Amino acid sequence: MGDSKLLVSSSPHLKDSSTTSRIMLDVVIALIPAAAFGAYFFGARVLLVILATVLSCVISEYIATKALGKKPTIGDLSAVVTGLLLALNLPSTIPLWIAAVGGVVAIVIVKQLFGGIGQNFMNPAMAARVFILISWPMQMTAWVLPDQSDAITSATPLSMLKLGESTLPGYKELFIGNIAGCIGETSVLALLIGAAYLFYRRVITPEIPLTFIGTVALFTWIFGGDGLFRGDFLYHILSGGLILAAFFMATDYSTSPMTLKGKIIMGVGCGIITSIIRLYTNYPEGVSFAILLMNIMVPLIDRYTIPRSFGGEKKVA
Amino acid sequence: MALLRNIFKGGAAVPHRKNTAQKETLKMNVPEKVIIPMLQHIGAPCEPLVKKGDTVKVGQIIGNSDKFVSAPVHSSVSGTVTNIVPVLFPGGMQVTSVEITTDGMQEVHESVKPISYSSNKELLEAIRQSGLVGLGGAGFPTHVKLSPPPDKPVDTLIINAAECEPYITSDYREIIENSGNIIGGINILKELLKVKNVYIGIEDNKPEAIKVMTHLAEKIDDIKVIKLRSRYPQGAEKMLIYSITGRKVPPGKLPLDVGVIVMNVNSVSFVSEYIKTGMPLIKKRVTVDGSAVKNPSNVEILIGTPLKDVFDFCGGFNSEVHKVLMGGPMMGIAQHSLNLPVMKYTNALLAFGKEETETGEESPCIRCGRCVYACPMNLMPLYINLHALKENIDELEKYKPNDCIECGSCSYVCPAKRHLVQSIRLAKAQLRKAAAK
Ligand code: SF4
Ligand code: SF4
Repeated sequence: MGDSKLLVSSSPHLKDSSTTSRIMLDVVIALIPAAAFGAYFFGARVLLVILATVLSCVISEYIATKALGKKPTIGDLSAVVTGLLLALNLPSTIPLWIAAVGGVVAIVIVKQLFGGIGQNFMNPAMAARVFILISWPMQMTAWVLPDQSDAITSATPLSMLKLGESTLPGYKELFIGNIAGCIGETSVLALLIGAAYLFYRRVITPEIPLTFIGTVALFTWIFGGDGLFRGDFLYHILSGGLILAAFFMATDYSTSPMTLKGKIIMGVGCGIITSIIRLYTNYPEGVSFAILLMNIMVPLIDRYTIPRSFGGEKKVA
Repeated sequence: MALLRNIFKGGAAVPHRKNTAQKETLKMNVPEKVIIPMLQHIGAPCEPLVKKGDTVKVGQIIGNSDKFVSAPVHSSVSGTVTNIVPVLFPGGMQVTSVEITTDGMQEVHESVKPISYSSNKELLEAIRQSGLVGLGGAGFPTHVKLSPPPDKPVDTLIINAAECEPYITSDYREIIENSGNIIGGINILKELLKVKNVYIGIEDNKPEAIKVMTHLAEKIDDIKVIKLRSRYPQGAEKMLIYSITGRKVPPGKLPLDVGVIVMNVNSVSFVSEYIKTGMPLIKKRVTVDGSAVKNPSNVEILIGTPLKDVFDFCGGFNSEVHKVLMGGPMMGIAQHSLNLPVMKYTNALLAFGKEETETGEESPCIRCGRCVYACPMNLMPLYINLHALKENIDELEKYKPNDCIECGSCSYVCPAKRHLVQSIRLAKAQLRKAAAK
């Protein structure tokens, strides 16, 4: 007695309009201010770097999914996000071929070989950045000051702070982004505009960024100066790519925990590791390593933060 | 009217689409034939008490069971039994059903007369005889619900008029059209259960209903109307109890375990009407809506009426139908045939065209966490999905799929359009199978 035309499927029969590609598009939109500030401060070459990483990521994604016999996923725009994030984490002087290699590493090795979107256990852009940093340390630290000829290299604010230089840029420069650094990490203002958009679109939640930044602030305030409680925590917040990392990298879906508790552990963990690297090692910046280390912990964090079901929170006698 | 203090976590902001809210209930004509299944409730199925060729009248009992958790079934029409056949229902269950060809006279059976009772026991027996089951969609026999064991004292009765599913307005219409019966039913149940508090929970997107009930309740002690936040699944028992009383029903437990009984507003109203007239449960107000329905309406329908007749009564379809649901879009059950009948617990019939039925292709989980955030039961649907698809029983147990109330919030919000609820049902089945070994 069946009318074979009727579709029989499991409830719910209604779904909201969100899609993976719309979320990724939102992230791209949120990164546009930072990219634009980067291009404005460091010159048009920035656009070439972005083009190199994005193209390399998208093409790698296409070829990798083909080769692995999976459904092509470039339409979900996640490769574009990875490419854009990678570019923003590179200096504007980076040779384009290195940038492109970074894209291949991010997508092929870090993402697709581990199963593709949602399955990779390290943030692809972050891992690729560290890969480049280790493979070509010179090129990765060839910083230029904005508005100057490419010939004059400079140090980033954090490395100056580390070396005890006296000509540190002020808070205002740090906030606007008129300093040496990676393309997209310098302008706190541009990043916060993007982050506000992501909150508005509910793409990210505040737990990880706030605990990450808060922990760095607390830690560097207590231990970052000569004597306890004398550190310049505001400087640490505004520099070294912390804002970019906290809002855009540590919140990466694939590589961050699912639960509220897990997210707080992630944020605090990133903050502590970042602070330790910044204060006690030879590396002036620590966010990349911190995030990668915490990425590896995420499966474990998720396992140990399975929430109790509603009504089961308290032990019932 | 009291203010709400407890807000459950998660849920989803589903659209309301209460298109039929202002549609006064229309009475549908007697169909040519009805198909009355012997199982329209949770519990033991009934045995047919009639055979082919018998003549039956309205309100005559035609199926019963000697099990406690069951409810008798009555004829909704007068006519002749033309067949007793197994009918395939969604979910794959075959249910013996009595097909009656109607004579159009609607002669009432002699057993139907006003109910008088002198004890709680008699009242409960009468309620059993009425065939009443939870009319909100669950279909649990009411006399069982109203018989709490002595070691589980009940102090609170909650009348569920939240109606949080999109489209459905049958509870709302009951309040607008029959509020007197609701109060009457509450008084009978209050007396029976000796409860201290009675709450009527209504979502705040129905201000008119809140006004009507508040006005009536004001005159009576111990009845409070509670304005609930419109947030799906506000009407789910556990969420409703928490919203109103702050009590949390532990996993695997019943409302009784926290001293609460929840009744659908239509069920309560029915009790009052039944005591007055003695007419058992033979008809139902159903919201008929959906993009493919020409004249969305609220219709009073005789139980057993084939779905096709119902849609015809509402002007037929204005486009090709791709999906027909019994119940709301979040928890309703897709029907495979328009020959299936309206049941006791049917509260809505929705028909949709092609566009609404295409909800997007499933793509890989991006771990966005939206399903976790949306789950009112605090579960992690993405992991249940992952392990159910791998049939990884040991891992599944950790994620407590059995605590899922199948509200659908997780699937609703998933941007990757993963079939989360479906896989959770699969997980439950896998755990059952594993436990049986
Ligand atoms: S909502 Fe969907 S995509 Fe997001 S974590 Fe849950 S299953 Fe994965
Ligand atoms: S897991 Fe179950 S209870 Fe939780 S949102 Fe999904 S369907 Fe609802």
